[in-house]
Amino acid sequence: MKQRTKRLVAVLVGLGGVSLAVALTLNAFRDNLVFFFSPSQVLAQEAPLDRAFRIGGLVEDGSVQREGIRVSFNVTDTAAVVPVVFDGILPDLFREGQGVVAVGRLLEGGVFHANQVLAKHDETYMPPEAAEAIKQAQREQARVMPPEEL
Amino acid sequence: MLPEIGLLALILALILALLQGVLPLLGAARGDQALMAVGRSAAWGQFVFLFIAYLILTHAFLTHDFSVAYVASHSNLALPLKYQLSAVWGGHEGSLLLWALMLGFWSVMVSIFSRSLPADVLARVLGVMGLVAVGFIGFMVFTSSPFERLIPAPLDGRDLNPMLQDPGLIFHPPTLYMGYVGFVVPFAFAIAALLGGRLDAAWARWSRPWTAVAWAFLTLGIGLGSWWAYYELGWGGWWFWDPVENASLMPWLTGTALLHSLAVTEKRGTFKNWTVMLAILTFSLTLLGAFLVRSGVLTSVHAFAVDPSRGSYLLGYMAVVVGISLSLFAWRGPKVGLGGSFGMFSRETGLLLNNVILVVACAAVLLGTIYPLVLDALGLGKISVGPPYFESVFLPLMLPLMLLLGFGPTVRWKQDDPLQVLRRLRLILAFSLVVGMLWPLAVGSWSLLAAMGTFLGLWIMATIVHDVFVRLRQTPPVPEHDEAKSPRVRRLGLGYVGMQLAHFGMALMVVGITFVIGYDQERDVHLRIGETITVAGYDFRLEGISRVQGPNYVADRGEVTVFDGERQLPTLYPEKRYYPSQEMPMTQASLNRGIFRDLYVSLGEPLPDGSWIARVYYKPYMNWVWLGCLLMTFGGLIAAADRRYRLKTAQASVAHPDPAVLANAKPSGTG
Repeated sequence: MKQRTKRLVAVLVGLGGVSLAVALTLNAFRDNLVFFFSPSQVLAQEAPLDRAFRIGGLVEDGSVQREGIRVSFNVTDTAAVVPVVFDGILPDLFREGQGVVAVGRLLEGGVFHANQVLAKHDETYMPPEAAEAIKQAQREQARVMPPEEL
Repeated sequence: MLPEIGLLALILALILALLQGVLPLLGAARGDQALMAVGRSAAWGQFVFLFIAYLILTHAFLTHDFSVAYVASHSNLALPLKYQLSAVWGGHEGSLLLWALMLGFWSVMVSIFSRSLPADVLARVLGVMGLVAVGFIGFMVFTSSPFERLIPAPLDGRDLNPMLQDPGLIFHPPTLYMGYVGFVVPFAFAIAALLGGRLDAAWARWSRPWTAVAWAFLTLGIGLGSWWAYYELGWGGWWFWDPVENASLMPWLTGTALLHSLAVTEKRGTFKNWTVMLAILTFSLTLLGAFLVRSGVLTSVHAFAVDPSRGSYLLGYMAVVVGISLSLFAWRGPKVGLGGSFGMFSRETGLLLNNVILVVACAAVLLGTIYPLVLDALGLGKISVGPPYFESVFLPLMLPLMLLLGFGPTVRWKQDDPLQVLRRLRLILAFSLVVGMLWPLAVGSWSLLAAMGTFLGLWIMATIVHDVFVRLRQTPPVPEHDEAKSPRVRRLGLGYVGMQLAHFGMALMVVGITFVIGYDQERDVHLRIGETITVAGYDFRLEGISRVQGPNYVADRGEVTVFDGERQLPTLYPEKRYYPSQEMPMTQASLNRGIFRDLYVSLGEPLPDGSWIARVYYKPYMNWVWLGCLLMTFGGLIAAADRRYRLKTAQASVAHPDPAVLANAKPSGTG
């Protein structure tokens, strides 16, 4: 082979390798996107049943129940409530009335089965997604309410 | 009064950084020796004032001066001394001060160790470092002063976040920052070279040791962070693909690429543009990391509580730095020539592949890290990218890289014969393939991942051992060097020894990672007192729970006896601590560490009947990952100590004459 053909082959092989890597990457990327839905959106059936997603909001007061290794609680954005079950150990700062984000799947019957629960990591910190969900829900409520009640 | 002096010291440091940033560059442009000489004294002055500020902040912590807002929110009267000292960098403002201090430290180091550099090069390097420092010190002075007063002062502070009250806080941030900030030096060298129009082998040689040291610290810092998260968070995880972890991994990947591409530039005069690009890219990624952590855009254990002005400052700063660097590159870059040519199968090709793979890996991590943030910023919805994405991208990329790592260093520069290399290494290849495929059977069930890991690990280690022996046999004693009398290993050169040590560390890490992913066992269990559970053949029994009083917490301490069949292992004492100052519980895991496995117990929460939810792990080969990090760190430091880098510039720059370089070089550098 001539030097130029060799170089051409090398460039083509390189380009092929990189395109393959890009294709694999984008494919893996699409399959692993995890969307966020607020409890209101879950109740409005906007969330998918066939793939994992995140929900966030406040842990409803008095809703935490433990049964051996399984724990169940409700997540609310103050407008809607989604029941969540989780098998395992909750983060140290998981508490009733505090912000939380859970990753998992929605089961038939509207129960969210979490495989990961994230809480804030210090006293002043709130998961931004949870805060946003609550703010959104409150804006919605404000819009529904007649003006004189505001 | 002292805190005001601290702020004053910061302002003075800012002014000196400004002088360091402007005058030497001006001097280099005009050929004015006096102006160029300002760089060194300004660098020293800046460092001294930053150090004064640092001491004053430390003093405020030690004297419990809660009238300083930063102290009040990160310390209290009961905080143990070692955490008072390290709480200085336990929050946003203080860690920024540490960052700036280290930047000043690197400037001073450059001024000490680069005396042999031509005056204009040193002036430009220090000038660029000064401009970078202006950005960071300015950020501190204008948006995040650690000396802000809190009037009236509270009687007691809010205490340091209990998660940070751990030896990890003492070591992880300083080493990580040393690494992050250290990449300013190769960046400054690259920009200085662009400004001076002198990108030659000498430039690469000057940059290499600095890059190696920064890379070593970054490796150690990331390793320490992973090691800390492993036991501190109580989840037994050591890498979460958390955006902040990714933020440190990205400059590590491009920094590793830079280290390898510098080798080609130094030895063969090729890849120059690419090397400059990598230096700019790596530094930009460290800025991106700073932005991600400090702007509050992330949900992460690392994120600081923040106000939005900081985010926009950092974003603006990043835009300015990247914009100027890239324009300079576009303007000056193409002039620097292409360097020597090389064959299809050569060391250069291998290192080129290394660079391509590392940069593609970095791009993949960048995509997964930034995409959710961009989408969110545009109001297009909230998403996150799960760890499976990163794993499924990393695995196929690392496989060819590790294969390449085995034989790459044995391939000759310019042109080599693939068949000859194959013939040389065929026994090693066969050996590592066979043992690699069989070894996982000895551990448990066969898994493809662990088999690949063992094969690649053995392949790398065996080729290193082979290569070292070959070289020891071939390298004749060099009579004119003092080293002739020293052990034969010294004759290999520290650069070579460091490289192979780091590669060996990488091999250990590959084995560790694949085994711990393939064979770890995790059980969340409900344990009553006296109950035994079995994980991976080990029996764990909860003997009891007792109340313990710590210096600033109370804890429920479990006593867990562990049996390996009949043999009793050391008892584990996992704790659940409560820090009354922050009303915050903390999990303190307890570990039995070993060469081939870790046993790990952490307490979850108590149930009303006195039993506990607990988490029990079996983690095989976990310590190989940390050991690998350590070897890579030492490798980087040893390579940086190679005596080649300490030779006088005059000798250094003529070592590899290259027509393209000579055509471009100005006479002053080689005289």
